[in-house]
Amino acid sequence: MDFFLSRYRNLTVLLIVIVAQLLLIAYQVKTNRDIPLIRVWAVTAVTPAEQVLEVVRRYTWGFVEDYFVLLGVKSENDKLKHENGDLKLENHYLKSELSTADRARALSVFQAHSQSKTVAARVIGNGTGANSKVVFVDRGSASGVESGMAVVTPDGIVGKVVDAYPTASLVMLITDPTFAAGVISLKNHVRGTLKGQGHSECLVDYVQNEEAVDAGEWFYTSGDDRIFPKGFPVGQVSAARNGKTFKEIYIKPSGMQGGVEEVLIVLEGVHQQIPDSDMATPGYKILASPAESAAQATTPEANGTFLTTDADRLREQYKQAGAAQNHVFGEGVPGSKPPDFTKIPGIRANTPASAVPLGAPQPAVPPKPAAVVPPSLPETSDADSGAAAPAKPPADRPPAPRNP
Amino acid sequence: MTEYTEQILTTAPRKQGVKRLRAVWLIVIPLIAILSQVYVPRFVPFLAYLELPLLITVHFAVSRQGPMSAMFYGMAIGLVQDSLSHQPIGMFGIVKTLVGYFAASVSMRFDVENPIVTFIICFFFYFFHQFFYWVLARALLGQAMLFDVQQTLVFGLLNALVALPLFKVLDKLRVAR
Repeated sequence: MDFFLSRYRNLTVLLIVIVAQLLLIAYQVKTNRDIPLIRVWAVTAVTPAEQVLEVVRRYTWGFVEDYFVLLGVKSENDKLKHENGDLKLENHYLKSELSTADRARALSVFQAHSQSKTVAARVIGNGTGANSKVVFVDRGSASGVESGMAVVTPDGIVGKVVDAYPTASLVMLITDPTFAAGVISLKNHVRGTLKGQGHSECLVDYVQNEEAVDAGEWFYTSGDDRIFPKGFPVGQVSAARNGKTFKEIYIKPSGMQGGVEEVLIVLEGVHQQIPDSDMATPGYKILASPAESAAQATTPEANGTFLTTDADRLREQYKQAGAAQNHVFGEGVPGSKPPDFTKIPGIRANTPASAVPLGAPQPAVPPKPAAVVPPSLPETSDADSGAAAPAKPPADRPPAPRNP
Repeated sequence: MTEYTEQILTTAPRKQGVKRLRAVWLIVIPLIAILSQVYVPRFVPFLAYLELPLLITVHFAVSRQGPMSAMFYGMAIGLVQDSLSHQPIGMFGIVKTLVGYFAASVSMRFDVENPIVTFIICFFFYFFHQFFYWVLARALLGQAMLFDVQQTLVFGLLNALVALPLFKVLDKLRVAR
């Protein structure tokens, strides 16, 4: 044995090291736990350097660019070019400031009007591995970020937090091959599972071939995955065709177009309503719902439900009649005297306004006096009643506001 | 056997261990490699396929005498890479452990200062690294990852090309002991 170990010492150590790491992987996969200590060390060592690099890049890149632009200037125009260069520099700086301010403003407006509690973060680096689609953001557990939180922009969802460290968090983008989220289409409310593909487009899987999904249609988060609150835009269908078992629906993620720089991490998500589509079935004009019904349907009562059908309203009338006569429904023996329902005033008349929520997080239908949807989020958000009232999206834009 | 191939097979100057990297470089260089792998692809996405930590592991392996140190060095770099990914810790660790061990073993038999040998070694170990990682991801994690052989070969060539000047620079940092 000693001879064997001394003769094959290197090979023995190699085997021990490999087996140890295999056991480490097996432990993590089996228990679905991480080894936080090693990760925290590595991330804490690398992310501060990344943040420094990012700051240096932001403050120097514009100057370097302008330097190279000015290299080819002719000597006789030095003065003019110098002045021009200064103006360019100032212009570039102001544009950059304006762009940054616009983005920040859009984020802050979205943040202020979104019912979900969010925290803004900046992307500071990519994850390792050629195929991985993960990024580091500069907010970590110190800012309240936890694993499993949704990451969004005003334009749409971006990904989810897979690891939270004190100074930074690792975010898996929706284009990652292992990413999945529940989504629902705007027009026909077709539900599916969004899957990353490792490139710029995502796939919506598990949609039956019989379901109707058109190119250009918007998909929103359905809230089924318990990570993304319902009602956040996901993207627009770029291609939809029938597959062997399920439809092949490809989506261009709206939240990642133009790159991901600043994002919002959803600390406490609140489900929102998916905006109404113009037409569920093309070619049929659908009238706006009657104002009376809409008003009845949105008047909250203390018991916490919305009456949305005639049967619900009738049931409520009978319950009130029973209560007035001290009758408890469901307790009388067969043959006992029922309450006198003939004393219900105006039983055939219209029902009282006793509509209350169904238990959904937000009212089902916001008041629509003239069936007109305001154009931007600040105006559509019903802060007083606590109702989420997202804007109706234009034909080629998601409903979330950009620069109100 | 020609005189040239005989020289490649018999002469192994790195084995003499005359020059080695300072301890501080042994820590700083892989950190820079990992940092650049994390940061640079944000602006130049194509460079995501540049496996600088792998090249650093191979360089260390072929410039040291024993496979043991190369093995542990590769493992450390791999584990740091694992820590910055969303995969379980140990995936890159196992692959780079093997790369370090085998590269050090190869350096015992070949003249690894010869550019052609360096090129072939780096190309081979890039392919080995990507292929073995793919095998581990499928076998241990059950992930349906794609392995594009053609793309891997092309990026192997590019990594090997980058390795030639990189190894020259790293050799300059070595000092006589």
